[in-house]
Amino acid sequence: MAAAKNRPISPHLQIWRWGPAMLVSILHRVTGDGLAVVGLGVLLYWLGSLAGGDASYNAFLAHAGTWYGKVVLIGLTWAFFNHMASGLRHFVLDIGAGFELKSNAFWSVVTPIVAIVLTVATWATVLR
Amino acid sequence: MGNGTSIGRVRGLGSAHSGAHHWLVQRFTAIGNLITGLWLLISLVRLPNLQFGTVHEWIARPLPGTLLGLFVLSTFWHARLGLQVVIEDYVHEHANKFAAMALLNLATFAGAGFGLLCVIRLVLGA
Repeated sequence: MAAAKNRPISPHLQIWRWGPAMLVSILHRVTGDGLAVVGLGVLLYWLGSLAGGDASYNAFLAHAGTWYGKVVLIGLTWAFFNHMASGLRHFVLDIGAGFELKSNAFWSVVTPIVAIVLTVATWATVLR
Repeated sequence: MGNGTSIGRVRGLGSAHSGAHHWLVQRFTAIGNLITGLWLLISLVRLPNLQFGTVHEWIARPLPGTLLGLFVLSTFWHARLGLQVVIEDYVHEHANKFAAMALLNLATFAGAGFGLLCVIRLVLGA
């Protein structure tokens, strides 16, 4: 990359007018990063503690039961459902559908709502 | 074919014949995550309790053990592809980009390896 050092670059977040499609795109990346870093970390802690035996698994359960454990687990549940919903939206966009302004904005609003509803439903079942 | 912008320097060269691979595997692993992720979540919610014996006995069965192993593979592969795009978007300096990519590959392979070993240990006893 010898040339093109001082080429203009695309303006970033602060310059665009916010819309639902922009929000859902950013949420997709944020939840994906969160699942990759925190979610897979918790997954390995869970599997590792199980493989370690009764004592280490009980230590995992003790952490999971605290307020910060619940914050992480509920946050991961929301991130999973949000990434799933916007990921399913991506599959629809991949086949070339859903780009009309109205339907694009509609499904951009629906996906984060679906994620919150599924998260609440899941934890309502768990804590029942 | 010019020599100014990066797009100008490659325009007219034709396809690299490898661009779709990353995109396709991201979709394949997304489908894998969707199926195994929903299965894992529903299974955990439906277990009578989450005590060690219950969870261990459940994972040790052939089908849950296999699906859990596939979940580890699919999610780590998907995370590796997704975080690669984040690095490509935000890390432009060549040495930093190489270091970030190397770290990402080592971390995801190590994580998937550890996760799979744990599942195998749980399935085969010990």
